Amino acid sequence: MTQSKNFRLFVSLLAALAIISTVRLWTSQDALTSSDTIGTALRLTVPILLAGMAGLWAERCGVLNIGIEGMMIFGTWFGAWGAWQFGPWAGLLFAILGGVFGGLVHAVATVRFNIDQVISGVVINLFAFFGVRYLSELVYVGKQGGGISQSPPQKWALPRFNLPILSGGQIAGWKSPDFLGWLELQRWFILGDLGGISRGLTHNLSWATVIAVLVVPASAWVLWRTRFGLRLRSSGESPVAAESLGVKVNHLRYYGLLISGGLAGLAGGTLSIVASSYYRQGQTAGRGFIGLATMIFGNWRPSGILIGAMLFGYAEGIKLVASDSITALFLFIAAISGVFLVVAVIRRKRVQIAVALSAFLLSAIAYRTVDTVPESLTQALPYLVTLIVLATANQRLRPPAMAGVPFRPGEPH
Amino acid sequence: MNQQLTTQRNFDSMRKSLNTLGSSVSAIILALSICAVLLLVTGKDPFAAYSKILETGLTGEKLLEMLKRATPLIFSAIAVAIGFKMNLFNIGVEGQYLFAALIAAEMATHVSLPRPLHILFILVVAMVSGAAWASIAAFLKIARGVNEVISTIMLNYIALSFIQWLFESFFRDDSDGGLNVKTTKIAPSGRMPDLVHDRLNGMFIVALIVAFLYWIVVFRSRFGFRLRASGLNPIAARTAGIPANRMVLIALMLSGAVAGLIAMPAVIGDVYGYGPSAIATQFGFAGISVALLGRNHPLGIIGAALLFGFLDSTSAVLQLSGIPSSIVKVIQAIIVLVVVIVNEASSRRYNRRTAERAAADLKSQEVPQ
Repeated sequence: MTQSKNFRLFVSLLAALAIISTVRLWTSQDALTSSDTIGTALRLTVPILLAGMAGLWAERCGVLNIGIEGMMIFGTWFGAWGAWQFGPWAGLLFAILGGVFGGLVHAVATVRFNIDQVISGVVINLFAFFGVRYLSELVYVGKQGGGISQSPPQKWALPRFNLPILSGGQIAGWKSPDFLGWLELQRWFILGDLGGISRGLTHNLSWATVIAVLVVPASAWVLWRTRFGLRLRSSGESPVAAESLGVKVNHLRYYGLLISGGLAGLAGGTLSIVASSYYRQGQTAGRGFIGLATMIFGNWRPSGILIGAMLFGYAEGIKLVASDSITALFLFIAAISGVFLVVAVIRRKRVQIAVALSAFLLSAIAYRTVDTVPESLTQALPYLVTLIVLATANQRLRPPAMAGVPFRPGEPH
Repeated sequence: MNQQLTTQRNFDSMRKSLNTLGSSVSAIILALSICAVLLLVTGKDPFAAYSKILETGLTGEKLLEMLKRATPLIFSAIAVAIGFKMNLFNIGVEGQYLFAALIAAEMATHVSLPRPLHILFILVVAMVSGAAWASIAAFLKIARGVNEVISTIMLNYIALSFIQWLFESFFRDDSDGGLNVKTTKIAPSGRMPDLVHDRLNGMFIVALIVAFLYWIVVFRSRFGFRLRASGLNPIAARTAGIPANRMVLIALMLSGAVAGLIAMPAVIGDVYGYGPSAIATQFGFAGISVALLGRNHPLGIIGAALLFGFLDSTSAVLQLSGIPSSIVKVIQAIIVLVVVIVNEASSRRYNRRTAERAAADLKSQEVPQ
C-alpha cells in the first residue's frame, strides 16, 4: 500500500517536472526552474513555512493563533536588535525569545483567563505592531541608519555555504566542481530542470535556512512519535478525555503556545536577519496570515504545510526574479489541468471534469491574452488560493476537533 | 408579588450594568498603571506623560479633534459589534470599508444630483459595496461552511490587492499629469457640510444616528432578538425556528454596510475622493478594540470611541515633549487586553455569585411565585 502510494507520488512528481520542462522549452522561459528562482523561492518559503508550523503547534494543542503575525513582528524587531548588538546567531535567539513572549501573552490570556482566542490574537497583533514602534522610537531614533520605522543595518551576516561537489562548495580550501550548475546550463529536457532546482536548493545556502527546514521533520517527529506529542495533540482533539486520563491539558497548551510563539519569532528573525540585514516596519507583510493559510491548505500536517509554503514561496520568488515568466505559468497550469481533465474523463467524474475543464480553459485563455499580470493582483494569490481550497475541499480538511474551544479543568462538561 | 419581582429584576439589571461599568473603569485604571510601569522601565516619566495627555487633550481644539477621530471608530466598532452579537467575527471590516470607500468615491463622480440626495447616494453606495464585500464571507460560510474568521482575514488582503488594481488601472484621475494620486474630486453637491469649519463634519451626527439605530435594531426589535438569540444559543435558536443561514447573511451584510461608512468622514468630508495615502487604514482593527472596550453596547461604544479619539488626538503633542507618540497606541492595546481579561473574570464571578445567591434563597425560603 505504502509502496504503491510512494510510487504514485514519484510518478506524479516526474510528470509535473516533465510538464514544466516542456513549458520551459516551449516558451524558452528558463527562469521557471533556474537556480536563481528556486534559491529566491526557498528564501521566501522559509518564513511562511515557520509561520505555518507555528500555527500547527498552536492549533494541535487546541488554541487558535491569529496572533502569529504579531509574534513575527516581535521576532523581526528583537531579532534585528540582537543581531545589531551581538551578532546574527544571538539575533536569531532574541527573535525566538521575542516570539515566545508573544506566545506567553496569548497563553496567559486564553489558557489562564479563558478569553476568546480570536480576540486575544487580534489584540496581540495590534500590541506588537505599535509596541515595536514605541521601542524603535526609544532605541533606534538618532542612531546611524536607524529611525522610527527601521533599525540600523547589522554589521555581520550569517554564513552561507554551497554544497561541495554538487554545487561548487569548498572542501578544506579546495573548490569542488559545480556539477549541478553545469547541468543547469545544458538546458536539457528534465535533467536541466532537475539541475536548476537542486542547485537552487543547495547553493548559497544560509545555515538558518537549514535549521528552519529541519523544524518540519522535528515537529512531525515530536508531535506524532513521542508521548509529549500525543498528549499535546489529545489536548487539541479531546481535552476532556485527555484530562480524565491524567493529562494536564492547560500545561500542554502553555507549552504548545510557547513553541508556537518561538517558531513565529524565528520566522520573523529570518526576515530581519537572513532575508535582509535590518528591521523595517511592515517587514512581515501579512506572512503570518499566509502561514495560517498554508496550515489550512496543508490540512494541519507538517508535510502539507511544507508543500503549501513551497507553492506560495515559489509564486512569490518567480514574481521577484522573473516577473515576465508568470505568463508561462498559465501554460503550466493549463497543461496540468489538461492532464486532470483526461483522468477525470476516464473516471467519469462529472464535477471533476467541470472543474478541470474550466481551469484548463481559463488558464489557456489567460496565456493567450494576458501579457503582463498586474503586480497588485499577484499579491492576492496565496489568499485567493486558500479561499478556493477552503471553499472546494472544506469537507476533506480535518482540523483538530477542539481547536478554539476554551477548556477549564475540573469543571463539569 | 409581581411588582416586587419587577423591582427585583430592575435592581438586578442595574446591578449588572454597574458591575460592567465598574469592571471597565477599574480595568482602564489597571491598564494605565501597567503602561506607567512600562514607561518607567523604558526611562520615561509616566506622570509627566499622563499629565501632558490630560493637559493638551482637554483644550477645546483637541476636544473637537477627539470627536473627529472618534467618528470612524464608532462606525467601525458598530460594524464589528453587529457580528459579535451573533457570535460572528467580522475581522474583514478593514477590507470592507476600504473597498466601499473606493467604489463610493468613484460612483460619486458619475452622477449629478442636488446636495442632500447626492450625499445620500454616496452613503448608500458605500453601504451597498461594504455589504457586497461582506456577503462573500457570508456566502462562503453558508454554502461551504468556511469559518468567517479565516475567510475575512483572507478577504482583507484580497480586497487590498483588488482595490489597488482597480484604482491604478481604472479609477485614478490622471488629468493633471499623474501628480494627483486620487480619484476625481467629488463635486460640492456631494460634500458633507462641516459642523465646525474644517474641524468636524456632519458625519459625526450620522455616526450618532447609526449608533441609535443599532440600539433600536439589535436591542429593541424582533429581528435583533433573533440575532442575539442565534448568537447566544444557536441550537435553541434553530429549534425555535430562526433561520440560521439567513441570519448569518443578514448579520454579515448589515455589518459590512455599517463598515462601508467608516471612511466616509474622509471621503465626503475631507479628501473629497479616494487616494491610497489619503484614506487612513487600520480602522477595521481599531474598531474591534473599541467594540470590545464598549462591550458591544451603543453607549459603551461611543464612550470607548471617544476615549480612543481623545488619546489619539494627544499623540502629536506628546512627540514634541520628548515622549514617543506610539505610547498612545500601546496604551490602547493594553487597555483592550486588560478590559477583556477583567470582564471575563468579573462576569464569571458575577455568575457564580448569582448562582450562590439563588442557591441560598432556595434553602432559606420558598421561591417567590
